[in-house]
Parts: sequence; C-alpha cells; structure tokens
Amino acid sequence: MKQYETVIGLEVHLQLNTKTKIFCGCSTEFGKNPNSQTCPICLGLPGTLPVLNKKVLEYAMKIGLALNCEINSLVKFDRKNYYYPDLPKAYQISQYDFPIAHTGYLNVKTGNEIKKIGITRAHMEEDAGKLIHDPKIKSSLVDYNRTGTPLVEIVSEPDMRSAQEAYNYLTTLKLCLQYLDVSDCDMEKGSLRCDANVSIREKGQTELGTKTELKNLNSFKAVKSSLEFEVARQIKLVESGERIIQETRLWDEHKQITVSMRSKEEAHDYRYFPEPDLVPFMVEKEEVEKTKKNLPESPSKKQNRFIANYELSDYDANVLVQDKEIADFFEECTKKYNSPKKVCNWVTGALKQELNTRKIDLLKAKLSSDDLIALIDKVETGVLSNLAGKDVLKIKFDTGKTIDQIINDHGFAQVSDDETLEKVIKEVIDENPSIIEQIKSGKESAVGFLVGQSMKKTQGKANPKKIGEMIKRRILND
Amino acid sequence: MKLNELTAHKIISLIKEKKETAESVFLAVKQAIDAFDKRINAYAHISEKPIKSESSTKEFPVPIAIKDNICIKDYPTTCSSHILEGFRPPYNATVVDKLLESGARITGHANMDEFAFGSSTETSFFGPTRNPWNLECVPGGSSGGSAASVAAHEAIWALGSDTGGSIRQPASFCGIVGLKPTYGRVSRYGLIAFASSLDQIGPLTKDVEDSALLLNLIAGHDEMDSTSANLPVPDYTKALTGDIKNLKIGIPKEYFVEGIDPEVKEKIITAIEVLKKKGAQFKEISLPHTEYAVATYYILATAEASSNLARFDGAQYGLRCYPKDKRRTPIIDMYEETRNQGFGQEAKRRIMLGTYSLSSGYYDAYYLRAQKVRTLIKNDFDEAFKEFDAILTPTSPTTAFKLGEKASDPLSMYLSDIYTISANLAGIPALSLPCGFSNDGLPIGLQIMTKPFDEEMIFRIAHTYEQNTDWHKKKVTL
Repeated sequence: MKQYETVIGLEVHLQLNTKTKIFCGCSTEFGKNPNSQTCPICLGLPGTLPVLNKKVLEYAMKIGLALNCEINSLVKFDRKNYYYPDLPKAYQISQYDFPIAHTGYLNVKTGNEIKKIGITRAHMEEDAGKLIHDPKIKSSLVDYNRTGTPLVEIVSEPDMRSAQEAYNYLTTLKLCLQYLDVSDCDMEKGSLRCDANVSIREKGQTELGTKTELKNLNSFKAVKSSLEFEVARQIKLVESGERIIQETRLWDEHKQITVSMRSKEEAHDYRYFPEPDLVPFMVEKEEVEKTKKNLPESPSKKQNRFIANYELSDYDANVLVQDKEIADFFEECTKKYNSPKKVCNWVTGALKQELNTRKIDLLKAKLSSDDLIALIDKVETGVLSNLAGKDVLKIKFDTGKTIDQIINDHGFAQVSDDETLEKVIKEVIDENPSIIEQIKSGKESAVGFLVGQSMKKTQGKANPKKIGEMIKRRILND
Repeated sequence: MKLNELTAHKIISLIKEKKETAESVFLAVKQAIDAFDKRINAYAHISEKPIKSESSTKEFPVPIAIKDNICIKDYPTTCSSHILEGFRPPYNATVVDKLLESGARITGHANMDEFAFGSSTETSFFGPTRNPWNLECVPGGSSGGSAASVAAHEAIWALGSDTGGSIRQPASFCGIVGLKPTYGRVSRYGLIAFASSLDQIGPLTKDVEDSALLLNLIAGHDEMDSTSANLPVPDYTKALTGDIKNLKIGIPKEYFVEGIDPEVKEKIITAIEVLKKKGAQFKEISLPHTEYAVATYYILATAEASSNLARFDGAQYGLRCYPKDKRRTPIIDMYEETRNQGFGQEAKRRIMLGTYSLSSGYYDAYYLRAQKVRTLIKNDFDEAFKEFDAILTPTSPTTAFKLGEKASDPLSMYLSDIYTISANLAGIPALSLPCGFSNDGLPIGLQIMTKPFDEEMIFRIAHTYEQNTDWHKKKVTL
C-alpha cells in the first residue's frame, strides 16, 4: 500500500465580544428575543449606510499581532455578494484583497516538538442572521439579532499533517485568542466556528491533492473526528482508483460521517468588489506599534515566565496557563503567599477538580485568593490535614462561608492532644500485630499504613505528622 | 405673479416681512399640483397636507418636492418601482431631517426613472413625467419629476439625485438650475442607492441663488455616512458676488464634436461671450479620456447597482409575489417571481449587465479596467484644475427629445448623459443653468464644473451669467 500524507488548513470564524455591532449601534448581547436587537442599518433597509465600529478594528489588529502577522495599514472593505435568507443586504461586507492582517504563524505543540503553523490572513467581516426551521408551522423563521455581529476570520496555511495536529492548532489558537480578551471563544454559542480544508497526497509529492471543505464543525471533537473520517474516506477512494471531487461536505454528528453538501459546479461566484459605502483609510504606524506594545502576555510567554520566576515544572506551568483566569489567580495567590509550588499544587489539584466537577469557571466560584491562602496556611501549620483541607474547600464552594467558619462549624481542626492520640494509637497497634512485626524488622515505611488507620479512626482530624512520630517512638522503644 | 411662480428666496423674504404666510404659499403650490399634475405627472406620491416638523425654527418654510428615492419617514418611498410598493421607511434621510429642521414643507415624492435608471423619466412604474415646456417631450431623467415640478411651479424647489447627470440633464431639459454637489458634500444616508460611489443628492431650483440657499440647508458632514466629507460648509450665498474678473475657464474640445446639436453649440458660444464681457478668460483645453466616460460609467454604475438592488427580494418589505398563487413554494421561486414582477425592463437590463461585469472571469476585463479608466478621467480634471478655475460645457448634446423616441434604444438613451457623466466619475461638482431656447421653444443648459468642494466658484460664475441674461425669468405657461 502507498504511503499518504494528509494536508489540512483551517478557517476559523471568531465572534468578537464588542458591545455593539460592526456597522451600527445595536447590542450584540447573546440570547435575547429574536429580532429585538436590530435597526434599519443591520436589517439592510434601503438607503441605510454602514459606519465602522473602531473597536472592531482595534480587536482585529490585536488578533493579527498576536498571531505574528503583518498589519495592512490600508483598511479597506469589500462586498461579497450572495443570496441567502439570513443575509438582509444580499451581500456581506468583508475584506478581500487587503485583509487587516496577513503572513503570520502560531507555534503549536505536536508530540514533543513545536511546529510553526502559518497564518495566511485574518480579516474583519459582518456576521449573518440565523434561520430557525420550525417543523410545527412548516416554515423557516429568521432571527436577525446576530446580523452585523463583528467577526474575524483567521485562515491558516495548509500546514497541518494530521487530524491531531489540526486539533492541537485549534486548541492553541483558542487559548491565544482567549488571552487577548476579544471573544468568549465559546464553540457552543457559535462564537468560534471552524471550517476545514483537507486533501491527501502520496508521500514525497509537493503538489496539493484535490481538497474537500468540511463546513460548520461546532466542537473540537467534531474537528478531529470529521478530519479522521474524511482522510480515511479520501484514501479509500484513491486506493480503489476513484477520483476525489472538490466539494463542500458536512459532518453528520449522529452517524459520524461526512456527507456532500454542494459540488464545485454549484460553488458561489461571490462577485467581490470594493465596498463603496465605506471609504478606505490608513492606520498610522504608531497606532499599530501602540497596540503591539499593549498586547497581553501570550500563554507561551506566561508559561516560560512561570518556569523561570516560580521554578515550576514545565508540566505545572503548562497546566496553569491553559486557563487565563487560573493562571492569574495563581499569580495573585503567589504574591500574597510566597510558596509557588504549594500554591500551584492546590490550584492545579484540588481547586481545578472542584471547578471541573461543578462545571463552572473560576469567576463564578466564590473563592478569593485570600480564601485559598488561608486554607493553604491552615494545612501548612498543621491545623488541618491535607485531606481535611480538601473537604474544607468543597464546603467553601458549597456555602461560601469563610475558612475559619467552616473549620469551626464542622470541627475540622486537627486533634493534637496526646491523650486522645495515645488512645487511638493503642487501638491501631493492637489491631495490626503483623504490621508491627514488619516495622520492628526494619520496614519503617509500614508506619504510613498505621498513620492512615489512625486518621480513619479520627475522621481525618488527627495530626498525621505527630501521630507518625508517636507510633514510631512507641513501637521502636518497646 | 402667482405665489407658486416665485423663487424660494423671494418667498422667504415675503414671509419674513409677514406679507405672506407659509400656509398660503403651500396652498398655491398645492393648487398648481391639483391643476397640472394630471398632465405633467411630476409626482409619484402627492401629500395632501405639508410634511413638516412642528418643532422646527421655520426659517425656510418653503414647499419642496423630494425625489422618490430619498426616504421620508412613514411616507411611501418607492424609487418609482413596483418592487417597493408599500414601503414606508421608519427613518428620514439625513437631508430630509435637515430640511424639516429648517422649516420646509414637503409636497410629496417626485416621479423618477425607476431606481434612477434612465435619462427621460419614462421608466417609472407610475408612468412617464412630461416636460412642462412641451408635453410631447420628456423632462429628462432620472430626476425628471423633481425638475418638472419646479418648472411647472408645482414646487418652489426640489431635491434630486445625480449618478450620471440625473439632476443636471433634466434641469437643462426643463429650463431650471440643477446642481450635483461634490461627492461627499451632502450625506447620502437615506438615499436609496443606485451606484453608491457616484450618487449625490442635490438641489433643483428656479435660479442660482435658490440653488446656493438649498445647498446651505443640506450640505455637511454626517456621522451616519462615512463617505460624507468632514469639512466646514461655507455660506454659499456669499459667493453670489457677480465678480468673475480674470477667472480662467476651460472649454474642453472633446465636448464639441459630432452628436452635438448646432443650436446647443451656438447658445454655449453666446454664453461664453456674455462671461467674457464680465472679465472671464477662456481657453480651449483637452480632457483626453472623455470618450471612455460613458462606457466606464455603465460598467461601474451597473456593477454597483446589481449589488445594491439584490436586497429587494420580497422577504422583508415591499412587494412579494408567488408563482401562480402557490404559497407553499421554495423561497427561491418567491424571490424570482417578486423580482420578475417587481422590476421593470431597464432595471433588469442593468442588474444583468452589472452582475456580468463582476462575475469571475470578466471582472478584470470590465470592472477592474473601468476603475482604472475612472482614475484616468479624474486625472484629466485634476490636471485641468491646476490651471483653470472652472470648465464650461453644454449640459446635454440636445434639447428634450420626444417621449418614446429613445425608449426602445438604450444605447442612444445612454448617450444623452455624455456631457454629465464625467463629473460623477471624477467626484467633482457641476451645475446646469438655462442659457437659451431652441427654435421650437425648448430650454438649453450650460454646465459649469470646478474642482472638488469648490461649489462657491460654480455659484459665482453661474450667478454672474444669470444676472446678465434673462433666461431664468422665462416662465412655462400651462
């Protein structure tokens, strides 16, 4: 069998989180009543004209610069003409030959290597409305609330060689964009949408094979699964001597297959031409420089800084930067409590676990950096055991009470008084004669088991350090 | 003289002196409409009561006709097309807002060539407008209704729009003053677009002073239109000094070749003599790319029109048609039938022409090339205005032609704008004023062009000419 190479390029549509639309003053808030956020301009009523929201330009420049792109100083818009019921003007205002940003790259981890994935371009455009097909009334309804929502389309070079690489590119891109705070990047809400171009060729070939375009992939999983399916489908076709047709295909989530949507023959002729209602203008070099200077730290830079400044492992730093809120929270705690590794363990361990099981993000959790520090301090000073500390955190999430309150109310403080501990130790020693023998014959590590048993008996309230010492003293001195 | 036969500046002073009231002036105009409009058909929609603003300062309570492509809130605005039947925009055009603030009394929407596509006002869904000087003749187009309403004293003044001569050519045919201001001088917000990069709203008036007055009321930057120039607006009436001593005026030789009516040529030469006597200096100049103007115009204007008219599909507003009364039908059939019934022949012709020239494979040969020629035409004028204060030409090669004479021959119709089109392509201001009558009693127009935003120079020259001739005093008898 021949060896094949996969070639993948991604087009990502990002919905920006500006307060108002790209060409009018309507709100962009998500989830409002259909058609409640529209005006004559975003409805494209006759005679109305677009006026550019400058915030969109600023955000698009940020994105371009974060993706190491060159910024076109000429800002020009074009019309992309096509009929669709969700497109009120029958053309979309977009950028054609002068995208705001071009020729950049994104560093993506593939296996153990870092690969530079080329960014062809990023351009600004307006979003269309949304069709709702209602079987009850056998009609289609249109909601124009989304019409005119600002988008930035990010087009990659066909630099990815596997579905996994495409997946990694997308997650890295999403993280990079989240750090810029220009979009909520929520695929479920449609803030981040992805189309993929995929082709195969024999290994060693340089010419591109016939590609298919996969449209409207609405989850990271869909991107990976659909690409895996499509690559396999294409190889099977070629192996059986058939030709691949250039076409647009849809991912059928239910059947886990791609299906043909339209062929090249039906492809649109968009009849692009310069948008005459928006005058082209120049962006000053200083403005680009200023934007560049004010870019927030990128995830990879943050990771490197964490390793250098806090002596964290590559792994720990990576886990922290996967979520900007978490990373920022970590730093806030570290400023107040100078033990980065301990803070990191709590943040990436117990805290993340609580957030995950509750499916909430840090902003929604009622936990301040002061709370977490107080908790760590209690554990470090021996007031709480590690285990009890985790329970306190859980209750903190449930009730929002202060750490001290929780410890008081639930009697979490460690028991350290000798009398109580001696009693427990005696019980444990009596119940485990074989372990005692092992310890006596030199296997000191077995002490841990007895400590665990003691903890169990005290419902985790015993001071494990103290109890360990007491057990050792007792057995070895006997 | 009857009240409705007076100029606006005369009426304004009469009202100021309390010799007349706004109500009596409107009544006189309304009586003229009732008496003559069945024959002239200058109006697409007549308002029984004046459309006015109660809160206005009422400095200029002048009855005005507004072309049917300029939006008036809650009032039928149809571009004299079947497809916009029933459309009442929920907003005013910026010029309408400005006029209402000034106290204007809107008489209704003036008839026009459907979507401003034409040079005769014969393509209106409401039937052709007739020339008040000779009812067998066209009033010119596409602002034929606006021009005829002023000439027939069915309005004191009017607003038109000029994409390739649509204000100046009908002004010339109807013996009044018509100005196309510099592109960007007057906001286009609320003007239903024909070709966005060429369209400009402007005044049609009985004399030059009225033209300056009306431009004062409508000119200026508008935040709703990013193509409107952010420049101060002078008081244009201050330019009416009568002094043109030592002004340098160019006569382009390309405007006096085959096709020009000898009578028209003769009147222009006489007009030059009048201006010479007042001290202006004349010299023959060359605008070498003149011969390409009509072809360039019809590619660019139709390309933009095909895109601007794509929104009329029966979905949101205006006419909706279903094939053979079938209500359950694919939406594409509804679009097709609506556009089939809604658009007239000329609109369909231009949509197809424009769609063709923008299509992939033809774009470079037509649209892109036309854009380049447009630059050359603009350069011709830039060069000329380095040496000359103004350029003087006929407005139209002929006087008003007979109804139906050119209706079946689009190409000959297109050539009637041959002298006016260049100003739109170059974005410069141009005015037409009466300079005599043909032997069969039809008006002849003189066109004055200057560099961008130098409307003051145009008014200076035009007013001087007017003060030394009597053409503007000749009235239509109906």
